[in-house]
Amino acid sequence: MKIADIVRITNGKVVCGNETAEKEITHAFSSDLLSDVLTINRVGILLITGVANLQTIRTAEMAEVACVLIVRNKKVTQEMIDLAKENGLMIIESPGSMFGTSGKLYENGIKPLY
Amino acid sequence: MSGIGSGITGEMKEMTYAFPIEGGDFIKAGHASSNIKKILNQLSLDPAIIRRIAVAMYEAEVNVVAHAYRGSMKVFISPEKIRVRVEDEGPGIPDIEKAMQEGYSTASEKVREMGFGAGMGLSNIKKNTDKLDIRSTINKGTVVEMTTFTKPKEA
Ligand SMILES: Nc1ncnc2c1ncn2[C@@H]1O[C@H](COP(=O)(O)OP(=O)(O)OP(=O)(O)O)[C@@H](O)[C@H]1O
Ligand SMILES: [Mg+2]
Repeated sequence: MKIADIVRITNGKVVCGNETAEKEITHAFSSDLLSDVLTINRVGILLITGVANLQTIRTAEMAEVACVLIVRNKKVTQEMIDLAKENGLMIIESPGSMFGTSGKLYENGIKPLY
Repeated sequence: MSGIGSGITGEMKEMTYAFPIEGGDFIKAGHASSNIKKILNQLSLDPAIIRRIAVAMYEAEVNVVAHAYRGSMKVFISPEKIRVRVEDEGPGIPDIEKAMQEGYSTASEKVREMGFGAGMGLSNIKKNTDKLDIRSTINKGTVVEMTTFTKPKEA
């Protein structure tokens, strides 16, 4: 699935990165526990989380996540955007809940990790 | 990049870099790991190995920030292995075996609000390294040393 489709389906807004990116997202993982995210063994995924701080971005950098989708209408800070840019990471903000957002993406073909 | 030194150990050239870690500072947390990851990215290593080291050293760095007062991260790079040593001044770990168990955590409310404190870090470090050595002295500090053997890339 393209970033533009993720944005449309989740009612989201790209706050870092290019919305028309050709990048293809196939898998996602939803969690508010950053250590949980660090156990995943696939790179290039979509991370769906309600934790919006600098360590969310650091975690995504270490785990080589492709795109972070921040749910529950949490706002990212400029520091988060700067760090994401430095690491070529995309960020999308969405007003939806974690369950609702995950469900919509699942329905549209995004696969879980397990 | 603020690394220190580069030395010769025996006949083998070993590169060493060191970065400080500040306890309680969740803005800077990850800085040391990120710098070392960038250094490793410049070597011709398997990207999967770099990711495993990155995850392990970041968990160890966050543990210093979350549970100790201050510390440092040193990486020793040689052709056959990458060794990362995370050392801190802090309360120490009274029961390392217990701390290694998934789900065991003494993380504060502040640490949990940041998204940590699941009690997964140490077991995840173990999973992502070839050798893990933890030594700790109560009221003094902890040393976490992890070693990853570099397998040459398939030609
Ligand atoms: N450097 C350290 N100094 C003192 N205590 C530590 C240190 N590292 C770990 N601990 C102790 O070991 C426990 C388990 O650590 P572990 O990294 O597995 O989980 P956590 O840090 O609590 O949560 P998580 O890593 O999942 O965010 C900690 O809660 C803490 O009590
Ligand atoms: Mg931890």
